[in-house]
Amino acid sequence: MTKPLEDILVVDFSQFLSGPSAGLRLADLGARVIKVERRGTGDICRQLYISDLVMNGDSSVFHAINRNKESFVADLKQADDREHVLELLRRADVLIHNFRPGVMHRLKLDYELVKSLNPGIVYAEITGYGSEGVWKDKPGQDLLVQSLSGLSWLSGSKEDMPVPMGIAVADILTGAHLVQGILACLVRRGVNGEGGLVQASMLESVVDFQFETITTWYQDGGQPARRSRNNSAHAYLGAPYGIYQTSDGFLALAMASIPLLGKLIACPELEQYNDPATWFDERDEIKDILSAHLRGGTTARWLKVLEPADIWCADVFTWDKLMSHEGFRAIDMVQEVSMSDGFTYKTTRCPILIDGEPLLSGRGAPKLGEHTEGILNELK
Amino acid sequence: MLEFCQYLSGPSAGLRLADLGARVIKIERPGSGEGGRKLAIKELYSGEDSILFHTINRNKESYVADLKDPGSLKKVKKLIARADVMTHNFRPGIMEKIGLDYTAVKAINPRIVYGVVSGYGKKGPWAAKPGQDLLVQALSGLTWLSGNKDTAPVPFGLSVADILSGAHLAQGVLAALVRRGKTGQGALVEVSLLESTLDLQFEVITTYLNDGGQPPRRAKKGGAHAYLSAPYGVYRTSTGYLALAMEKLDYLGEVLGCTELEAFDDPSGWFTRKDEIMEVLANFLSKKSTADWLQLLEPHDIWCSEVLDYPAFMEHPGYKALQMDQEIRLKDGTTIRTTRCPLRIDGQRIFNPRPAPGLGAHNRQIDAELEIASDNIKCGENV
Repeated sequence: MTKPLEDILVVDFSQFLSGPSAGLRLADLGARVIKVERRGTGDICRQLYISDLVMNGDSSVFHAINRNKESFVADLKQADDREHVLELLRRADVLIHNFRPGVMHRLKLDYELVKSLNPGIVYAEITGYGSEGVWKDKPGQDLLVQSLSGLSWLSGSKEDMPVPMGIAVADILTGAHLVQGILACLVRRGVNGEGGLVQASMLESVVDFQFETITTWYQDGGQPARRSRNNSAHAYLGAPYGIYQTSDGFLALAMASIPLLGKLIACPELEQYNDPATWFDERDEIKDILSAHLRGGTTARWLKVLEPADIWCADVFTWDKLMSHEGFRAIDMVQEVSMSDGFTYKTTRCPILIDGEPLLSGRGAPKLGEHTEGILNELK
Repeated sequence: MLEFCQYLSGPSAGLRLADLGARVIKIERPGSGEGGRKLAIKELYSGEDSILFHTINRNKESYVADLKDPGSLKKVKKLIARADVMTHNFRPGIMEKIGLDYTAVKAINPRIVYGVVSGYGKKGPWAAKPGQDLLVQALSGLTWLSGNKDTAPVPFGLSVADILSGAHLAQGVLAALVRRGKTGQGALVEVSLLESTLDLQFEVITTYLNDGGQPPRRAKKGGAHAYLSAPYGVYRTSTGYLALAMEKLDYLGEVLGCTELEAFDDPSGWFTRKDEIMEVLANFLSKKSTADWLQLLEPHDIWCSEVLDYPAFMEHPGYKALQMDQEIRLKDGTTIRTTRCPLRIDGQRIFNPRPAPGLGAHNRQIDAELEIASDNIKCGENV
């Protein structure tokens, strides 16, 4: 298989997760991605430790996000370095950055300038909140964007405090959207030769993430989202949608007919809910009945009854259970990558298959400035 | 682009491509059409179709065809011959039975990009399992990352598996179109809800794969991320809530004037003693209003924010400045307010007031186009 983006050069000035996750996807799709990092510290993410896990000098998250890339060190305020970066940009197909609004302008690397060097370039930028309005200078940080956007009232149950989603979902979605915009502009360039400017913001991406519930909000008279009292998995869906404790674990139940469910699990109390409207309006009561009943059996027992009847249900796995399951092994989602010094680590692969094959790459994350010299030689 | 998809994952990819300028035609079965037409939340409908369907399928066309009827299938194949992209999210085996699997389609149109969304990929014991969002979340380990230590698993309260697999499908299709521009070759692009949901967790799964397999540890109260140290979380104030992101605890203590935080002067304890620290902070922050805390913390560049619900968010000038909403105009003159595409291209927001199509609304037009096309071919043959 020819990887789809072979011959595409991406020069990536971004840090942390949003921009670099876009770079990673482009790299896995076949592009050559060069991280331009500042002297000394590099991408701040190198130091961003989670779980205190340092791997070969950099944080575990840095390794996950930046594998399959090259690292070029430059001080953008210094004349020689700047000249080298401009030379790189003349040859690049894509530029990515996620500086706060105004920074690229001050560095004289704004779109107009870069376009004058290279009219075919696709210039892609991520901000926290767009470049206008009262929030534009606020730090573009995932939890803050989740908190402002209403998102934290959608998970958890009624009496809980706001429950943020426990993954940097705003960063990840923004990176995903940026990739879409970049690729769409490359398609256009293939047709008419023009470059383009692609802008995404974390706030707009998180609003888009909620496009179904926000559209509902616009039509329902502006009611706040209401989480169910217990076993909540979606504020806008009726019973049984949720996760339930069993005698030995948990069971996830998606949409299902309540009386049918009652019949299958031998819970006659549920059979009275014949009117589907009650499944939403009386979901707290229904979920209480269901919850009490499901505690009386094991997860395996309920699955055995429900699955053959085509009820949408599943066990609730930890990673430990997941990774020892044949279903996980069948998708071959883990790959091992090696750094230039021989350090190897395990990580996930790109989730997209092209022509029936996974997009694998054995290359680990770069050491800071590892490719500076080689790239300088190429530029000569 | 021909979309043989239902519900959310595949159609959300079609919506994105439509907003980026593609012409998207939904191929729907006679009678009921796409299942999403009747899938509603809060029983909200506009005309025959749910508001949800309108949200996901605006800016598309609809062509009704019975794929089991040879005449209809022939027409669909004509459409396929002219398409750049087709997508489907049928369970494994269905397209083979119809005769529209990738091998068959490639024979009709070798340049086509053929996109498939499945629940769990096409191999292994889950291949035939329903690809439903909550079930995928439950199996993928995702539900142990949100909420607090003593709570049951907490799913993400949105269809995140569907939405991400749709986003990844759009990426794969666009990348294949870039390649086609250079080499002329078509492609098969496959994504699944499970793989996309594992990719969502790529940072924490990578940590898990390299830290000896320690399970994620959710905070006792106010947790926002199982892998980040204190103060990362949500705190109750006298008027509402305050979110605090990463910050050096000694600096935070100094700015807040919270002397009890001085006891936690060893940075390694910010992770291991997270629950104690968060409790100290929770007590301290409960005494004043959110506005008071923001006024104190923001000038010191401490990453914090208020926590808004929908009414407060939509009323906020920060939201209004985005111009993120748009009105779509239905044939009967009514409008539905929804959101727009989140991307801006060449400095322009992408708005499009075109509504979701009625079932089969474009059959006549598309049939006419096909006839003209085949007439042209005949004329060409005569010459």
